[in-house]
This record gives sequence, structure tokens and C-alpha cells, in this order.
Amino acid sequence: MIKFKEVYKTYENGTKAIRGINLDIDDGEFVFLVGPSGSGKSTLIKLITGEICATSGLVEVNGFDMTAIKRRQMPKLRRTLGVVFQDFRLIDKKTIFENVAFAMRVVGAPSKEIKARVEYVLELVGLAGHSDSYPLELSGGEQQRVAIARALVNNPSVIIADEPTGNIDPARSLEIMRLLEQINELGTTVLVVTHEKELVNRFAKRVVVIDSGRLIGDGVSGYYSYEE
Amino acid sequence: MKSNSFLYFIKEGVTSVFNHGFMSVATIAIMMACLIIMGGFTLLSANIQEMISTLESQNQVVAFVDDSLTDEEARSLSDKILTLDNVDTVEFVSREQAMNKFLRKYQDNTLFNDIDPTVFRHRYVITMTDIEGMEALQNDLYRVPGIARVNAHLEISRGFVTVRNIVAAVSLVLTIVLLVISVFIMANTIKLTTFSRREEIAVMKMVGATNSFIRWPFVIEGLFLGIIGSALAYLVTWGVYEILYTRAQNSATFAFVNLVRFSQYAVPMLIAYAAIGILVGVISSSTAIKNYLKI
Repeated sequence: MIKFKEVYKTYENGTKAIRGINLDIDDGEFVFLVGPSGSGKSTLIKLITGEICATSGLVEVNGFDMTAIKRRQMPKLRRTLGVVFQDFRLIDKKTIFENVAFAMRVVGAPSKEIKARVEYVLELVGLAGHSDSYPLELSGGEQQRVAIARALVNNPSVIIADEPTGNIDPARSLEIMRLLEQINELGTTVLVVTHEKELVNRFAKRVVVIDSGRLIGDGVSGYYSYEE
Repeated sequence: MKSNSFLYFIKEGVTSVFNHGFMSVATIAIMMACLIIMGGFTLLSANIQEMISTLESQNQVVAFVDDSLTDEEARSLSDKILTLDNVDTVEFVSREQAMNKFLRKYQDNTLFNDIDPTVFRHRYVITMTDIEGMEALQNDLYRVPGIARVNAHLEISRGFVTVRNIVAAVSLVLTIVLLVISVFIMANTIKLTTFSRREEIAVMKMVGATNSFIRWPFVIEGLFLGIIGSALAYLVTWGVYEILYTRAQNSATFAFVNLVRFSQYAVPMLIAYAAIGILVGVISSSTAIKNYLKI
């Protein structure tokens, strides 16, 4: 569960990125976070993943108080999150299997369990036969699937996808969204940051709209009338 | 640390050396260059110091025996002289031997043809272990009953001591300067090679890797680079020195120079190379990524 209460974030250069946001995302929800460039979407995500700390207010993620979290607790928090980036961020010199397995090695899982789980997750994202390939041998859509598999492999309670379809063609974008929807149906909370209005409107999901660091809309996507 | 994690770190560290081939080669090459320059300089200063000590050992003190002593008494002084501090060798030269040597030196001069051996004194030619103690030895010899006079070139001894001290101090300072420069260059090369991997580290952090989990493969990679770099540098230093040594021994110009054998310095140099290579490799690798871990 993710909770924002009167959260402000001002960067050192004086930019007020987040101005008094209140937001609750319950376990098992599927939420789109939308807004124009520079609206504060990325800052919001960074507050959740612990890359930055709020200037004031309360941020709570999966039971961790992000305003008081200690550095050594950070790995524990991040193991409850699965993060998918726009640019995939796969390690080019590792095989697909290793890219995914590596998230499990981090938590010290035994080799047997890693093998079984990675194969299962790769099958789930539709890449069963690609274990030995390298990221650059795959298409953009496929690479994003690998990133999703990596985010999923440790069975996190929340998956955060930051513009997951930003670098892939529309047909593949829909597939990626459907995959995230499937993952959500299995019980994982999914938070998708995007500015692809059409894509958002194809799914009847909760949409949170922010602009200039303020929350300006929160409802089901059918009512998504936000104009960029 | 779990055993499967440890094996994973070793595998990752070694694989990374090959995966980042160009960077590994650059690091090893820089490491080799620095170690070879340092090692070469150390061998050069060892040779200079060896030459100085050879020249030093050729410096002698001559102690003349009192004329009133019989031949037997004069010869018996040798034991007393040997008990003195800083005495390396003692050679007795009788007045006849001294005269013959003198005559050989001035054989063209008829003035000395009828010279009598009694003009000369029995004497001892003494070499020292440390030329710095020449004056003290001279005083000690004066205290030996039966020694009438002692000839010692104190000004030469002082000259040698000064040269030796200067060479030792310059070598030490240059070695330290070279060491500092080398460590700086090696550490920066490693830092540059890890720069390209900050994204990889960011991904590791994002999936919940602890700092030590990220650092271990880098430490092992640094260890391997250090071992390879220092081993290759050692072999090159050894090989090149042996070639130069053989050439010098066979050359007329350097025939009088007594060079040190590599084997005399083989073990300390191996230890120094390995220690510098490994420490620089490990410490630089693990500290170079420090900034990327602050996510």
C-alpha cells in the first residue's frame, strides 16, 4: 500500500516539484499516473522508490515510512517493489535469463529456486524460448517484457512502471499494458506512469492526474478528460 | 556470506574482467607500466648502492707496527686487531713485502736501488665493514699496544658517506613519489573503467541489492586485475633485467661494474609487486563505485 499525506518536494535548486499531494493506493489496485512533462510524475515515483526524500509530509510504502527510512533498510523496501523503466535498463552483457535471475540472486535465493522461478516468469511474459538471448537481440517490446519479468520475479507487492510504453510501438504498447493488467489480476498492485491518453482510455482503471506538482484529478479512466 | 553467493561473486568478478575486455586491458597496461617504472628504478638504485659499497670495501686503513717489536710480536697483533669493531679483513704485510712493493712501484728510479728493508715497518692492511666508522677504527687501532701509526683517509670516508646518504635519500624520495603517482594513476584508471557501469549499479540498487552485494564482484574483479597486472609486470621486469644483466656482463664498457643479480631481489620485489597490484586493484575498484551506490 502507498500513502501520500500533504507531501511537498522542493529540489535544492528551488524547483517545487510536488506541492501538497494526498494520495492512497490500496493493495491490489491498478492505477495510471498521468500528467504532462515536468508535472512531477517522476518525482512522485522517486519518492516511492526512495531515490529522493520528501521535503515535508508523510510518504508510506509497503509499511515503510519513507521520511524516516534508514539507508540499510532501503534494500528491504526495494525488494517489495518491482520497477519497470521506459529505457528498460537491462544489462547488455547478461543473457535474458541472467538479467531476470540477478534480481533473485540479490535476495540470496538458491540456484534451483532461481531457475524454476525465472523460467516461470519468462513464460508468463511470453519469452519462454529466449533465455539464452542477449537484450540487444530482442525488439523493444520484448526487452520491456524482460524488464517486467525482472520486476516480477521476486513476487513484489507493488509494480511501478515508469512510461513502460514510451520506447515501443503502439501495438506492442497495448500488449505490455495487457500484461501489466494480467499481473494485477494475480494480486499485485500496479502503478503505471504514462502520458498516452488513448492507451489509458482503453482500460477502465483508476487514473490519477497531476500537474505542476498538484493532484488535479482522481477517477476511473472513462472520465479521463485531462488535456495535455 | 552464503557459499552460493560467494561463488556467484567470483564468477561475476572474473566474467566482468573478460566482458569489459578493453577496460581490463587498459587497467592492466597502466598497472604494468607503473610497476615496471617503479621496479626498474628500485633495481637501478640497488645497483648504484652496490657499486658504492664495492668502492667502499676497497678503502683500507694501514696500521704500522712499532719498530721495537720483534717479527713474532708484530705478527701476533693480528688477533687483537680482529677483535676490534668494524674490522672486516686484516692482512699482515712484512717490511720485506712492503719494500718489494715499493721497489716495484719505483723500479725506474735508481735512487732507491740500495734501499734497506729496515727503513720500512711491518704493517697491517685493514678493510672495514662500514666506512662510516673509519675514524673510530683509527682511534681504536691507536689504543692497540704495538701500533705506532695509523694511516686512514678520513676525507675519502666522509665523501663516500655523503654520497651514500644522498643516493639513499634520493632513492627513497623518488620511490615514494613514484609510488604515489602510480597509485593515483592506477586508481583513476579503475575509476574511469567503472564509470560506464553506473547504470548497471543503479539497476542493482533498484532491485534491492545491498551495497556489499554490489561491491563484492568489483572487489574480486580488482583482485584479478591486480594479480594479472602485477604478475605480468614482474615477469617483464625480470626478463628485461636479465637481458640487460647479460649484456652488461659481456660488454667491455661495463666489465668493471659489479651488477646485482635479479635473484637477490626476486622475493622482495615479488611481494612488493603483488601487494601494490592487489591493494590498488581491490581498494580502487571498491572505492570507485562508492558514488554510484548513493541511490
